[in-house]
Amino acid sequence: MFNREEIKKSFLVSLWFMFLTFPIMVIRVNTIYNRVEWRWDRLLMIGIGSFLLSFVWRYFIKRKEAGIQKADAGDGNETPLVQRILTTPKIYYPSLAVIVALAVAFPFISSMYQTNIMTTALIYVMLGLGINIVVGLAGLLDLGYVAFYAVGAYAYALLNYHYQLSFWIVLPIGAALGALFGILLGFPVLRLRGDYLAIVTLGFGEIIRLVLENWNAFSFGPSGIANIPRPGFFGFKFSLPEVTIYIYFVMLVLVVFTIFVVNRLENSRIGRAWIALREDEVACQAMGIDKTRTKLTAFSLGATWAGMVGVVFAAKTTFINPASFTIWESIIILCVVVLGGMGSILGVILGALVLILLPEYLRAFSEYRMLIFGTMLVLMMVFRPGGIVTNVRRTYKFKAEDAG
Amino acid sequence: MQPILNVKNLTMDFGGLRALDSLDISVNRGEIVALIGPNGAGKTTFFNCITGLYTPTHGDVLIAPPGQAEKRINGYKPNHVTEAGLARTFQNIRLFQNMTVLENVMIGRHCRMKAGIPGAIFRNPSTRAEEKQVVADSYAILKKIELAPHVNELAMNLPYGAQRRLEIARALATEPFLLLLDEPAAGMNPQETRELDDLIVRLRDRENVSILLIEHDMKLVMSLSDRIYVVDYGKKIAEGTPEEIKNNPAVIKAYLGEEVDA
Repeated sequence: MFNREEIKKSFLVSLWFMFLTFPIMVIRVNTIYNRVEWRWDRLLMIGIGSFLLSFVWRYFIKRKEAGIQKADAGDGNETPLVQRILTTPKIYYPSLAVIVALAVAFPFISSMYQTNIMTTALIYVMLGLGINIVVGLAGLLDLGYVAFYAVGAYAYALLNYHYQLSFWIVLPIGAALGALFGILLGFPVLRLRGDYLAIVTLGFGEIIRLVLENWNAFSFGPSGIANIPRPGFFGFKFSLPEVTIYIYFVMLVLVVFTIFVVNRLENSRIGRAWIALREDEVACQAMGIDKTRTKLTAFSLGATWAGMVGVVFAAKTTFINPASFTIWESIIILCVVVLGGMGSILGVILGALVLILLPEYLRAFSEYRMLIFGTMLVLMMVFRPGGIVTNVRRTYKFKAEDAG
Repeated sequence: MQPILNVKNLTMDFGGLRALDSLDISVNRGEIVALIGPNGAGKTTFFNCITGLYTPTHGDVLIAPPGQAEKRINGYKPNHVTEAGLARTFQNIRLFQNMTVLENVMIGRHCRMKAGIPGAIFRNPSTRAEEKQVVADSYAILKKIELAPHVNELAMNLPYGAQRRLEIARALATEPFLLLLDEPAAGMNPQETRELDDLIVRLRDRENVSILLIEHDMKLVMSLSDRIYVVDYGKKIAEGTPEEIKNNPAVIKAYLGEEVDA
């Protein structure tokens, strides 16, 4: 690994990095004394740093390639660690119990700030699970997913403003509206796939946002809607710390509910049809699957969760305006799924927790926060393109004499 | 006897290009019929026309499922054609690569199942029974096609010959009365081709399906088929038993070109 060739390569890499970062890392204009500072020591550090890092990089690339070769050679029996945990009841049930206990105890052992962040993370878990149906299972790249989230949030804000409907009444209405808008989006894009679909969904998301921003009479424009009531509990009013915990638990229950439903859908006739659609549209039709219906169910069932969680979002923040529903949100939600692992429920949960919690806890390194975040995404895609947890298909057991 | 597939005067135009020109083709119950012709003759286009991927410009595609009246299926969507009892395989294998072998076959059962979204979420007894039945049925089909040992493997990890057989298994799962095989032996070695030959005959005899196949492997075509149609430039140039086709001058001309006197 440390032969001459490698050292030469690393040396060139470090030269290149020194050149690239020269303007921002070395030159500084001191505006107070009106002079240019040359920080040569930094150049040296970058040179040494990139020289060493290039070895680390190459080591990991080599390891990855060795892994691929091993898989090609047919040693595919090695089940991934996560899968082994999931299929071994002795480990699976106790670890599940610990996670549940931690989730329940979390708001009582941490601050209100922490609970709030965790609620946000749970919101993204649910959004991720929703978009996972559309993108991960059915393979329809949706860049306008945030529109359904906005629909849910505005549904609660407006219905409450005009008709004083409570949170619990609007929650199912938000879900239904999400599903309806999912179908509305689904119809025009039935014929599209791949890049074209992505562009149209992107447009759809922007349309919803622009309508909300400009139709003052309907949505109060960019100034948004304030004083949205937090959820109640049979007319009981909570104090602020209490309601934070309450919303956390509402979200927790909704997430568990989502996991339950999505898991069942995935291993059903409908779920298989979605995956078949993702794998090969032509073959899927030729096998007797109604493409139109399958796509529409994917869009509407995916959007349902965004509509529902939008209601919670409006109730949590008590103020919404169109700025909360930009394309950036769609991208983050998509990143949750891609980073976590397409089609894998556990992956999406981990992806959401990492993507939402990491930037929060990286606030200590405020300046470098987004840099670390971006670097992590890039590294993840290079070394583990399948996501944190790769989806593994369900297996069926048959009697030994049958299999012979 | 009424043919189970009766294609009359089928024409398919792509803009100014006439890919199929007034084709008449029929398949009787229990027959193995082959469709042959040089590359680009329009064989796969013909399959695409009768399975609903293309809508033919002119002509009729009539099917007569056993025990049912004859009906015209032009312009049916592909999934409705499959529901009506025509199942196909593809020239370039189109399996659901990231699904297991069993799941691929289960997809074939899709159009014979009923469970909807509520059924999937609540898993009521009828859905559970249906699901169990589908797993059992699919496994039974895999055993027939000799893919049972691979049941939980991903389709993409199967050897080439097995992938071709899995396509047939998946098509069989839709309960067809007519199986359309698009070059089933393409890329197979002689051993695999022989096994395929046995398999196709077995399907006809035991599963009660008729077979229409496109194939370039002449040995397979000649040993297997009851009747052969030869197509060139979208036109039918010959039809008959393997013996008749072998000696047909028009066919020899299409395949080998005309003899030029020096």
